[in-house]
Amino acid sequence: MSTRLQKQGRLIDRSKQITFKFNGTTMRGFEGDTLASALMANDQMMMGRSFKYHRPRGVVASGAEEPNALVGLGEGARFEPNQRATTTELFEGLTSISQNHWPNLEFDVGAVNTALARFLPAGFYYKMFIHPQPFWKHVYEPIIRRSAGLGKAPDKETKDADTYEHFYAFADVMVVGGGVAGLQAAKAAAQSGAKVLLVEQTAHWGGRAPVDGGTIDGMEPGAWVEQTLAELQAMDNVTLRARTMGAGVYDHGYALAYERLTDHTPGVQGPRHRLWRVRAKQIVTATGAIERPLSFAGNDVPGVMLASAMRDYVVNWGVTPGQRVIVATNNDDAYRTAIILKKAGVDVLRVIDARTSGGGALADEARSLGIRVDPGKAIAKVKGGKRVKKVAICNQDGIGGAREEVACDAVAMSGGWSPVVHLWSHCGGKLIWDDAQAHFRPDPARPPLGADGNGFVVPAGAANGPVSLGEVLADAQTAGEAAANAAGFAPKTADAPKGEVEVELPMEPVWLMPANADTPLRMKAWLDFQNDVKVSDVQLAAREGYESVEHTKRYTTLGMATDQGKLSNINGLATLAKALGEDIPQVGTTTFRPPYTPISMGAIGGEARGEVFQPIRKTPIHDWNDANGADWEPVGHWRRPFAYVRPGEGVHDAVNREVKNARENLGLLDASTLGKIIVKGPDAGKFLDMMYTNMMSNLKPGKCRYGLMCSENGFLIDDGVVARIDDDTWLCHTTTGGAERIHGHMEEWLQTEWWDWNVYVANVTEQYAQIAVVGPNARKVLEKLGGMDVSDAAIPFMGWADGKIGGFDCRVYRISFSGELSCEIAVPASQGLAFWEALLEAGKEFGVMPYGTEALHILRAEKGFIMIGDETDGTIIPQDLGLNWAISKKKEDFLGKRAQQRSHMTDRNRWKLVGLETVDGSVLPDGAYAAGEGVNANGQRNVIGRVTSTYYSANLDRGIAMGLVLHGPDRMGEVIEFPGTDGKIYKAKIVDPVFYDKEGKKQNV
Amino acid sequence: MLTLRCPYCGVDADETELQAGGEAHLKRYGPGSTEDEFHDYLFTRENPKGVHLERWRHAAGCGKWFHAARCTATLEVFGTYTAQTGEPTQEIKDAISAKRPGWSWREFS
Repeated sequence: MSTRLQKQGRLIDRSKQITFKFNGTTMRGFEGDTLASALMANDQMMMGRSFKYHRPRGVVASGAEEPNALVGLGEGARFEPNQRATTTELFEGLTSISQNHWPNLEFDVGAVNTALARFLPAGFYYKMFIHPQPFWKHVYEPIIRRSAGLGKAPDKETKDADTYEHFYAFADVMVVGGGVAGLQAAKAAAQSGAKVLLVEQTAHWGGRAPVDGGTIDGMEPGAWVEQTLAELQAMDNVTLRARTMGAGVYDHGYALAYERLTDHTPGVQGPRHRLWRVRAKQIVTATGAIERPLSFAGNDVPGVMLASAMRDYVVNWGVTPGQRVIVATNNDDAYRTAIILKKAGVDVLRVIDARTSGGGALADEARSLGIRVDPGKAIAKVKGGKRVKKVAICNQDGIGGAREEVACDAVAMSGGWSPVVHLWSHCGGKLIWDDAQAHFRPDPARPPLGADGNGFVVPAGAANGPVSLGEVLADAQTAGEAAANAAGFAPKTADAPKGEVEVELPMEPVWLMPANADTPLRMKAWLDFQNDVKVSDVQLAAREGYESVEHTKRYTTLGMATDQGKLSNINGLATLAKALGEDIPQVGTTTFRPPYTPISMGAIGGEARGEVFQPIRKTPIHDWNDANGADWEPVGHWRRPFAYVRPGEGVHDAVNREVKNARENLGLLDASTLGKIIVKGPDAGKFLDMMYTNMMSNLKPGKCRYGLMCSENGFLIDDGVVARIDDDTWLCHTTTGGAERIHGHMEEWLQTEWWDWNVYVANVTEQYAQIAVVGPNARKVLEKLGGMDVSDAAIPFMGWADGKIGGFDCRVYRISFSGELSCEIAVPASQGLAFWEALLEAGKEFGVMPYGTEALHILRAEKGFIMIGDETDGTIIPQDLGLNWAISKKKEDFLGKRAQQRSHMTDRNRWKLVGLETVDGSVLPDGAYAAGEGVNANGQRNVIGRVTSTYYSANLDRGIAMGLVLHGPDRMGEVIEFPGTDGKIYKAKIVDPVFYDKEGKKQNV
Repeated sequence: MLTLRCPYCGVDADETELQAGGEAHLKRYGPGSTEDEFHDYLFTRENPKGVHLERWRHAAGCGKWFHAARCTATLEVFGTYTAQTGEPTQEIKDAISAKRPGWSWREFS
């Protein structure tokens, strides 16, 4: 059983007991525990089940690399799945649940999958899902969705109760990793005067050194860490952040760090996580190394752990995973675990050393403590279901026969160490294979390059390959100095502190234990614990032709779990290399992608959630709209009223009321969102002639003209009314969503093509409130307010004039998007609300009603006016919409002219705009396609058109629509069919798109 | 995430402040051009592994368009320069030559 030891535990405070829950059971731990160490102290080795076979899984590591011990943390709005127990600091009242099992952790129905393992080989999904199609819906989706997967997503009805923030930081040298290498590198860099940011993912400084022993400058490593930390804290140019993980390194010295502020102290005010967005001139990666598991049968049984993790639990938290332990290794380092366990009073039955030569000084020390060392041996198999019961031992150089069985309850394994090269690799740093250590380490000749073409990442310590304490510290000193130098500071060269440890004999790579294990053993030898990938799976992938490591990864799912293969990758690709008969460096690694470990979605979002996710643009009349029944519709970043709904009224009743009233009495539209761009200068007319398809230079001051804008591809991008203000000034109206885009479009051409033209453009959209006064009574209300002549003679259709109405500073545009008598009146934004209210008050006797965007749409559709985004979709040219009248034939050039001469653009088979009238008066479904004769290559009916706008017209009491139809204008009167997604066939007659007041009499009074 | 120095306002701008504008120094073809000329103008672009000349806009800054010469393989930036030029400045060409002797890009080298 796993228990708390009487002594040991440098990180826990035994005087402070903490109560927490796991799967509903109350347990006790100490302050300083991780959830993993506390669970072990409560003899809870099994912490979850695996992804595919639902096998019992216990904790295997002690830090960020943990693949198994994933739990759901918290409750309700603070529930979070897939949290690593090994990096979760224990706090009073913590609640946790294990994952991926049903009905419970101890008894899980899904575990039947393990019995079916031979039918669930590598690439199972690909192989099964090819056919037959109905299986998708009835078998795979409902069944596999339930049995696969990890934690459950939080309840969609809850909102994360915590807050998060982003933090921007700049540093000359950023050091990632607060082990002895990181501390020393930071010190070396800081002594040059460089501004240093040092981040450490755990709550503790010093990394592994205080556990692994040795001396630094004659001190215990722990004491040296304290001393160095104090030195760094005393330096003004150094910032130290614990609980802050270097998550990713990106182009040109950009880095992300993930700080967990209150995960360990819930309830404390302030953000829970903080995402540091760092720009550093140089980045030192002192990220240490991760121990590799050994691949032997049953290496996933709870109780089998990394050797380094096992001694972490003893030294740091005073817990042992078992009482009778077997250590399996291919290197000297694992003997430290045997020694530490033995000294802590745990029975160490044997060290099984795959090397025939056995170990060096550490092995001698182990023997002197009475530990039996078996060189040249291997674990053939670990027996036990939910807990290690026995180990079968055989020769390493065999197939696993002639076994000796030894009863035990925990196994420590060590397959050597792999440098954490993730951050080095994120931005293109390359790796080289180190034969002696059997690992990939950073290739100093090929670092990630910065803007100046020089490397900007410097690896330090174990992350760079060295393993012994002395080498690590010397390497860190060099790295710190090099980073400071590259950041433009003169480092003070100093001797690295002297680190001393026992001399170790070389490790020997062991990729399978025993070396020639037979098939039954290989089928139980796990590579990726979380995703259930075994040695046999990778070998099968190789046999099936997956030669690329990237393909093998995806085929087998090796390294695709939430731990991203921190433990499995090197073992997996070594297995693949062997299966392919290639060398490991030839097979290479998969790509290392940020973040290093998963970071919270909250941290990525930062403050950008809820109301501040995206600021809303509000017109001067917004608050009035809000108070008067506006049913809001997002339009670009604006909110516009879809309709003004009265109490007791439905939205569509409101729309119909508004539509009729605008035609019969008086409607007001808040049109302030329309884009307004001033174009000014001696060459403004010439410029607008290039921007618009029609002529704008010959527009007279005081006049307006409707214009179309196309891209250089010929496609319509915007439309609107242009008014000439004076000799060298035009005001261009754009669509609501188009203002910024069109302003940018104009700037782009002015800055990058016609930079010698004397033109300025300014986006004045928000400087004005604009109100459309629409309907037969429009002039009456303006005359009642009085102040300027708004007669047809004074301001004829498509004219404009400045003046005062009711005391307001007005610019009156006599334009109409409804077909009614209409003025769009711009006033300074500050006067917008008052003017709106004045119009409503004065308009009472004329039947005034505000109307929203849906009424606007219906009114324009009744008149056959196009809407950018409805009739256009980025593939439509003006000619498709019958707008040839708005395309100048006189102009030599305008944006889109040449494109509109291309053969596809002049093809007479392009669908053209027509009106559509359903035979029975119903409303056509939006976006419906018209079906034609015959079928296409996929057996689908050919299509001959589609609906672009469709509404119920209250004025006509029937459905009206516009659409693009093959040879449409030549087929007036013809009835075509639109199959709906509801199974009905809608029949519609092709008609003229102008449904209402075809002669245009109403706007011209 | 790239940083480019805006040659107008002098700011070392983060990529989040910038808008990419594709290949630099395109020659515009309009009415009267052949089908091939116009097609190439619209659609044919350089896609080099190495030296590239690009348009960027300091969109969340001063709003100006500028040109950047950089290496698409290493992300090294050779320099940024005005958008009001039909070809890279001599200074930029020299800066590229210093790092990538013998380079060429379209008709420039």
